[in-house]
Amino acid sequence: MREFTYTLTHPNGLHGRPAMELADFARKLDSAVTVRKGERSAPADHLMALMLLGAAQGDEVTVTVEGGDEGRSWEAVRQFFQEHL
Amino acid sequence: MEKWSGIPVCPGVALGKLYVMRRPPEPPAAGERDPDRELKRLAWARARAEEQLEEQYRLALSRLGQDEADIFRLHRMMLEDPDFWAAACEPVETGATSARAGVLAAGERFADQLRTLEDPYLRARAEDVEEAARLVAAQLDGTQTAIRLPGPVILAADSLDPGELLNLERDKVLGLVLGRAAPSGHWAVLARAMGLPAVTGVAAEPEWDGRSAGLDGETGALYLEPDEGISRALSRKENAMTLRGKEQAEAAQRPAVTRSGRKMKVCANIGRPEEAAQALAQGADGVGLFRTEFLCLGWTECPGEEEQFQAYRQAVEAMQGRTVTIRTLDLGGDKQAPWLPPEEGENPALGLRGIRLTLARPELFVPQLRAVLRAAAFGPVALMFPMVTSPEEVRRARALLEQCRTQLEAEGVSAGTPEVGVMIETPAAALMAHELARMVDFFSLGTNDLTQYTLAADRQNPALAGLWDQRHPAVLDLIRRTARAAREAGIRTAVCGQLAADREMTAFLLEAGVDELSVPPADVAAVKAAVRALD
Repeated sequence: MREFTYTLTHPNGLHGRPAMELADFARKLDSAVTVRKGERSAPADHLMALMLLGAAQGDEVTVTVEGGDEGRSWEAVRQFFQEHL
Repeated sequence: MEKWSGIPVCPGVALGKLYVMRRPPEPPAAGERDPDRELKRLAWARARAEEQLEEQYRLALSRLGQDEADIFRLHRMMLEDPDFWAAACEPVETGATSARAGVLAAGERFADQLRTLEDPYLRARAEDVEEAARLVAAQLDGTQTAIRLPGPVILAADSLDPGELLNLERDKVLGLVLGRAAPSGHWAVLARAMGLPAVTGVAAEPEWDGRSAGLDGETGALYLEPDEGISRALSRKENAMTLRGKEQAEAAQRPAVTRSGRKMKVCANIGRPEEAAQALAQGADGVGLFRTEFLCLGWTECPGEEEQFQAYRQAVEAMQGRTVTIRTLDLGGDKQAPWLPPEEGENPALGLRGIRLTLARPELFVPQLRAVLRAAAFGPVALMFPMVTSPEEVRRARALLEQCRTQLEAEGVSAGTPEVGVMIETPAAALMAHELARMVDFFSLGTNDLTQYTLAADRQNPALAGLWDQRHPAVLDLIRRTARAAREAGIRTAVCGQLAADREMTAFLLEAGVDELSVPPADVAAVKAAVRALD
């Protein structure tokens, strides 16, 4: 299992379009990706759960990557967060 | 006269009769004794709702824009969400509720959770998940989502789903008066893009139906049976706005010619025959792309020859002598129709789609070719084939077209002579442009797919967002080669992908030798202006 923390910079936080893009992206990976904010966590490919995290711009989230080609997925997910979120 | 004050949402003025929409009463939510059967129905209804949302996504993308289209993508993804789906299935599986009650309860449950969040934007998504759930329920009821309006009216309703709004006949609705819809809802985005004056926060009474009304989208006021003074003030306001619109529309009616006198035809992309009139009104020099797969919207089977003929003829007559370019069914791949069994294979973009599918399924192709030939008797028509990769495909399609013509003649049915062209949207077609140019009357560059296939980049994949670029030098080079080959063979080149509406690229396309651009109707005026600004 690998993880990283990330502070959301997208003005809409993890809402609507950004959440959609993340869920779409996570579905294509062979690793399980989880996003945690405080005590709540959501599988990254579950759109509703992602939105219910209520993560806004400036919030810190912890992202864990587990299973499959972990190293590659971790790198891809981190890059995705940096570019889109 | 009575005056009601609502919240202004979209500017503009409407004067006319009110039409108060009444939704049918909810059927009783009877529990089902056969949970297995109910679960199957639920899965079926979800699949239908997803197909509907996919069509609406494409429709919104072609008519309005990406932001508007994303509304439908969001709804689709909500239905695909595993937690939502589990919540919908659970009470059905145990036999506690019907499929319909299960999905509506799941929508409500997630909506309630979203409403507990602090962020107003996220709270507004509660409406979305309820709308998505209602769409599944509507499939189970068999209720039509299309609203039939009696004539040009001001439509009053409690709320409108985005799909309902998108499917309204635009020429029959003058404005919107909603009761409960949030001013920041998705309906507002669509109404604005459709140019509909709109107000919310006014709950229409059933007895208002048929009464005259005046709507001011700027102030949020609704006047019931407005007196002469108000009517006159509102029409003055309306005239001022129409006049401004007319000036722009008039400029669009003139041909687009550069300063040095080069002419560029600017045509419109349409998906339904009734959009042809709208395209003409916006100044289109023709229809550069009629996406016939949109005709399948709402059909449980492929429309037959007669239905297709009526649709094509309507478009041809509406364009009053300007050419209508009809693309044969571009289904398969990521565009699935409900009546088309999904294809097996890992990579649908590289699968049985476009001309490959229609050549393999003459029972789809022949009725369409016959319908196009018949419509061509009513005005200029151009026919084009999508996803061509080899001259052999063109030969086979043309042979089939000739067979259809002979057959029609033998039956004594009149047929016209459409121009025949191919879409250049695979690198293979672009590289073989010289050979293809000898076989057809025109090329049409589909730059969206050409970009995807040239760069090996799926445009739907967000991880490749920076890679899918229609201005990539490799794509531009293929465009240049194609236009050059066309010129040498003495045929014309059109562009009908997104690139055609990219006004920063108009100069490049003109220089490459492109003769015609085809863009969403709403972009015609702006693209014509861009051509006029060039030397």
